[in-house]
Amino acid sequence: MVRKIKLQAKNREFCRKISELSGEVVMLCEQCGTCAGSCPMSAEMDITPSQMIRLVQLGQEAVLENKTFWVCASCYTCTVRCPRGIDPAKVAEALRQVKLRQAIDYIQIDEISSEEAKKLPSVALVAAFRKMTG
Amino acid sequence: MRIGVYVCHCGGNISDVVDVKKVNAVAEQEPEVAFVRDAEHMCSEDGQKLICDDVLEQNLDRVVVASCSPLFHENTFMKTVAKAGINPYLFEMANLREQCSWAHPSKAAATRKAEDLVKMAIAKCRLDVPLARQALPIGRDVLIVGGGIAGIQAALDLADAGFQVTLVEREPAIGGKMVMLSKTFPTEDCATCIIGPKLADVSQHPNIRLLTYAEVEEVSGYLGNFNVKVRRKARYVDWEKCVACGTCAGKCPTKVPDEFNQGLSQRKAIYLHNPIAVPHKYLIDGLVCRRLKQDGNACGVCEKLCAQKAINFADQDETIEIRADTIIGAMGFDLFDATLKPVYNFGHANVITALQLERIIATGSSGPPLRAVGNRVAFIQCVGSRDEQINRENCSRICCMYATKLAQLLLRIDPTRDITIFYTDLRAYGKGFEEYYKRAQKAGIQYIRGRVAEVQPDPEGRTLWITVEDTLSREIIESEYDLVVLSAGLVPARATDRISELLKLAKSPDGFLQEAHPKFRPVDTLVDGVFIAGCVQGPKDIPDTVSQASAAAARAIRLMNKGVYETEPVKAFVHEERCDGCGQCVTVCPVRAISTGKQKAQINQALCKGCGICIGSCPTEALDLHFYTTQQLEAQIEKALEGKSADEVRLLIFADNVCTYRLADNLGTGRLSYPAETRIIRIPSSARISPQLMLYAFHKGADAIFLGECDHKASPYTGSVDAIERNLTVARWVLEEEGVSPERIRFSELLASLLTDFYKNVTSLVKLAKKEAEPITPEQRERLGERAKGPLPEVREGAVIHG
Repeated sequence: MVRKIKLQAKNREFCRKISELSGEVVMLCEQCGTCAGSCPMSAEMDITPSQMIRLVQLGQEAVLENKTFWVCASCYTCTVRCPRGIDPAKVAEALRQVKLRQAIDYIQIDEISSEEAKKLPSVALVAAFRKMTG
Repeated sequence: MRIGVYVCHCGGNISDVVDVKKVNAVAEQEPEVAFVRDAEHMCSEDGQKLICDDVLEQNLDRVVVASCSPLFHENTFMKTVAKAGINPYLFEMANLREQCSWAHPSKAAATRKAEDLVKMAIAKCRLDVPLARQALPIGRDVLIVGGGIAGIQAALDLADAGFQVTLVEREPAIGGKMVMLSKTFPTEDCATCIIGPKLADVSQHPNIRLLTYAEVEEVSGYLGNFNVKVRRKARYVDWEKCVACGTCAGKCPTKVPDEFNQGLSQRKAIYLHNPIAVPHKYLIDGLVCRRLKQDGNACGVCEKLCAQKAINFADQDETIEIRADTIIGAMGFDLFDATLKPVYNFGHANVITALQLERIIATGSSGPPLRAVGNRVAFIQCVGSRDEQINRENCSRICCMYATKLAQLLLRIDPTRDITIFYTDLRAYGKGFEEYYKRAQKAGIQYIRGRVAEVQPDPEGRTLWITVEDTLSREIIESEYDLVVLSAGLVPARATDRISELLKLAKSPDGFLQEAHPKFRPVDTLVDGVFIAGCVQGPKDIPDTVSQASAAAARAIRLMNKGVYETEPVKAFVHEERCDGCGQCVTVCPVRAISTGKQKAQINQALCKGCGICIGSCPTEALDLHFYTTQQLEAQIEKALEGKSADEVRLLIFADNVCTYRLADNLGTGRLSYPAETRIIRIPSSARISPQLMLYAFHKGADAIFLGECDHKASPYTGSVDAIERNLTVARWVLEEEGVSPERIRFSELLASLLTDFYKNVTSLVKLAKKEAEPITPEQRERLGERAKGPLPEVREGAVIHG
């Protein structure tokens, strides 16, 4: 479905936040699509890396609901190829950080039986609890 | 007469297909041929030496070379024969490569055609007469129309080189649009700071005569001898006396919108055109001044106050006559009228043009700006460009960058601003442009790719709502802005139409003036001695404008510097014994080179471009063209058809030198085959082929005729297409009367690249002649020969008229 969006000051704020976290000037992206074409994971993504960056440029926080930045394997192919010298992998990482800071619990520890807990690799459990507390 | 004929093998390119020995044998039989030789490479040093030696040892007085296309090596051989002491116009070429061996794979057919082509060249050569380039005197005076940056640059280059320049400007001060700008992209130099010294140079240069507030009214003459009438409008202020103290304007009671500030401020009826105006003099706007409007004794306050006694209400327009050897047109551009795009709501207080914003920023740098800008600013690109709705298909080339500049300047004045540029495609093609664009993005300017659908005023406030699709994210954006800036495109200046009419210059479909050749003659026009520079030729930025202006100055100097200029000898001439002074030719000549002074047509050799359009219009066949005379063409036609057997057909192709002949060469170069029944005759323009000649060709055995002519947009000869159609109508009408299918003559406008068009026409005409049309009987051919001699009907406004 086509969405209608309104551009206002808070949109700029979100873009600035991502730029600051990633250390990348997100506005520099010219939407050429090199990153999307290069990405080995783009077939697994719901939107392409370039679309992800476009939504950040437009200040659309809804981008946080997309999977793309989680699917990103941080292989940095996009980074070495970007003609504008942007590091999209860092942008993805910034989005992951923002999402993590929302401190949403995706698993309930109580609901995991001790049987299951034994089977699970401990590193998976640690990863599932990963969130920003600071 | 001793003609030497040389047949070139071209290292097998010709001799692998054409039986050279057979061609030699045929050529030897032609009258006046002293001998025929063949050689591996005629264009090589050895080949050229062979010609030179033969001329001296064998006493040759004419030369025919059968080799590649004359478009390829005609100049080479002309120089060779000239070196050997033969007039270069006594030399002919037969095109055995591009138009024969490369185009016709059948050895028998190619050899057959080669024989005819060589015979045709010999026949024409026999009738050649020595021609000489004429040297005409030329002075050092230049008229430049338009005092913007283009005119200024050209004027300074010419004046510095020692030429006398008259610079005519419509406005009271020079500087054009550039003097209105804030800064220039991508370097952000202050526009007035960099143009200021140039304005001063113009006003002080001893070789420049500056006529501002003046317009060109009449132009006559030609290269080396233009006579121009310029009307200098009444200023009502004696500029000798005015010291620009400004006391007058201080008290003048009449206020009108200030054009220089794009209507954002007001000026008085007596005013200084702009703060750095050159000449720095006040003038009275006669259309609004109370005293001048009421022609009584009203007001007159300026007269009372002026300590210099400079006010002169009796001042009148003055016509000044100027003689010029060359003319440079630099009329610039106008801004697209944004009211023609109602969806952008231009007219709303908070919708302005980019040029208005330039004035706001420029005035704001040294005082209070002309108006407030607000926090949220939107730029809309391509307003009046790339839009068929308003008949402006072209890109205006500078708007992407000026918007990028203005956005950054606004952001620098107030870093809290939120600035968005809505664009269609972002074109940052120039030196430093892409880097500049990147800098703007880095600074935080938002670029959204999407053409704004509409601008609506907020029902409650003074803001504006923009609706647009972001074509990158495919989302619809609706946003509110304090100010909307329209990046209006560039359209031809008002004066362009009038000046192009006066100077007989062609316009391209976008309304800007047409250069003589888009690649190699970008500042020349098809009128000798008239050049163009800057935005009058099409939208461009300041560096491109300045480059063109310097180029135009150099091209003008190239003509004038030697004090004489040489003209091509291919010009029309009059057989006076046949001319009855009817004057038909006078009206058809596109460059107005013909007059009927002493009861006979006279051709101005300096003006004549040698197109031959006049020939078809002459009822008594009194007009002719040097190097392509009627007698020569008849001889070529005769030789082309001489050996035709009863079961053969022949298609004669008249190919104009600019497009069709080159096109036929291109087919050969691409080894694209077409029927070998064709015999191509090269002429400057197919308009040279009179109906009499067409009928003569049928009389001599032609089965079809194809006339190829440069597309009217590309043709160097204005009006050639109309002339061909007139000639064609007459010839077809006679064919029909004699029971011959008029379909046997066909005409097409071509470009050298339109290979398929040519091929289709040629193959279908050969097919028509071979199979479809009733054969032409010998009796019909006899009758057509008679008709070619007798009076032919005329065509007026498309209708055939008898008597």
